Amino acid sequence: MAAPEKQPPRFSRPTIAALVALVALALAPAMGFYPVFLMKALCLAMFACAFNLLLGFAGLLSFGHAMFLGTAGYVSAHAAKEWGFPPEAAILAGTAAAAALGMLTGALTIRRQGIYFAMITLALAQMAYFFFLQAPFTHGEDGIQSVPRGRLLGLLDLNNPWAMYELVLLLFAGTFWFIHRIIHSPFGHVLKSIRENEPRAISLGYDVDQYKLICFVLSATLAGLAGATKAIVFQLASLTDVHWTTSGEVVLMTLLGGMGTVVGPVVGAFMIAAIENYLAELGQWVTVLTGAIFVVCVLAFRRGVVGELIAWAARRRQSRR
Amino acid sequence: MLSLGLAVIFGLLNIINFAHGAQYMLGAFGAWMLCEHAGLGYWPSLLIVPIAVGAIGIVIQRFMLSRLANLDHLYGLLLTFGIALVLQGVFTNIYGSSGLPYRLPPAFIGGFNLGFMFLPRYRLWVIAMSLVVCGGTWFVIERTKLGSYLRAATENPTLVQAFGINVPAMITLTYGFGVALAALAGVMAAPIYQVSPLMGANLIIVVFAVVVIGGMGSIGGSIVTGFGLGVVEGLTKYFYAEASNTVIFVVMVLVLLVKPRGLFGRER
Repeated sequence: MAAPEKQPPRFSRPTIAALVALVALALAPAMGFYPVFLMKALCLAMFACAFNLLLGFAGLLSFGHAMFLGTAGYVSAHAAKEWGFPPEAAILAGTAAAAALGMLTGALTIRRQGIYFAMITLALAQMAYFFFLQAPFTHGEDGIQSVPRGRLLGLLDLNNPWAMYELVLLLFAGTFWFIHRIIHSPFGHVLKSIRENEPRAISLGYDVDQYKLICFVLSATLAGLAGATKAIVFQLASLTDVHWTTSGEVVLMTLLGGMGTVVGPVVGAFMIAAIENYLAELGQWVTVLTGAIFVVCVLAFRRGVVGELIAWAARRRQSRR
Repeated sequence: MLSLGLAVIFGLLNIINFAHGAQYMLGAFGAWMLCEHAGLGYWPSLLIVPIAVGAIGIVIQRFMLSRLANLDHLYGLLLTFGIALVLQGVFTNIYGSSGLPYRLPPAFIGGFNLGFMFLPRYRLWVIAMSLVVCGGTWFVIERTKLGSYLRAATENPTLVQAFGINVPAMITLTYGFGVALAALAGVMAAPIYQVSPLMGANLIIVVFAVVVIGGMGSIGGSIVTGFGLGVVEGLTKYFYAEASNTVIFVVMVLVLLVKPRGLFGRER
């Protein structure tokens, strides 16, 4: 205890790291990374972050999160293509749709826990899947194709890949920052206490169901934002985004990156996106590979990449003392 | 029958077996391969395939699932999900995703005209067979000594172990049995539906819905709901075909709104 109290630095190390990462990402297309791949990875990362808010911090494993991604995608695509919405309004419409769906499904599902919760969200997502398969406006198997990207706020032409990329990056950074703030707010601490010991949180007088519902709706909304952005970026809304394998994929990203850490899902999303992108010529073997990663993660690697790194750093600090 | 296997595994072992669909697919493929490569017909595969696939299930339980026994059940779900992806991917690579035909055994060609509908002979056999298997399983679990050991082991493994019963072996065998049921369902489904690597993936969600509606962990509930929903789905297909895929999930949401535990569910 003899060490003098250190003055807290103006910018903490994580903040600087985040800023550096942001600048690096902003310049990544110029460094020769394929912007479409980066945009895909960023959309998936947004999705995974939203998912992790629910799983990592409220302890609720939703196995139907694809329904928010897909619903928002379809709504934005339809709004942009058929109703001629400008991109910002289309994205907002999609996000709002996901939020509304989140309210509805959340109210229904948060009454159950653990496996039950997972199963019920899965079944609801499956309902959404069949709805989008059969509803006339979604064009069934074809999806909504050639969605116009339009001009952002009437000014910026999003058909320019640079502009589109920077918008996606901005949305991602905003989502990430927002989730970071939620987690470190009093609200986030209540969520964590619910995850750790729900009966105790109840006995402390918290309205646990209400906290869970808010968390669920937030997560659904942000997943919707990811889906809406994805639809505008790829100019496509398709059934894959609603299918339950997508729900499984987001679980994998979170698990692989490190569940319950803030950065983990981003890392996981980039890894999965890279696997899918660069190993695409292997065809179905990619499924085998993802499945195998799943098995290995669950058996040997439960903290995920970032979780293991944090644990390793903690061990090192401990041994240095 | 498929939901029965799932209910056995969940009710007694508390594992959500996401690989169930893949194991069902393995069953159908097993029958197909026996027929194509070994020249064995339908009857032998009805016996050989469930045993073989059940053995695979035992290996999975022994070397993977048992290591997760003390963790949150969600990890079991994730692990089996991964296994399902691997199995499905491997078979898609080898056989492609289109269906392969499986010939109906000659004894079952034809059917009966019931006046209001035509009932193929094979369907009648399937219904009879699944009634027998379901009844048998229910009897063993709810009415025999072995079943009561099993149920006791789910409640309190340590205590049951202290009575000198080998709980881990029992758990392994139960998982194997559940998997064998899935494979049996696969063999029986092979002549009706085409044999395809994706057949399990498309079905598993419906099966989960059945288990949830019936009340997770309730064996009787799953059996009754399984048959009931089959009827509901058939009727919907007849009156309003577009809704036949969704109707099960609609029923599920309605049931959950009224009775969150499922129709026959017990408090846990």
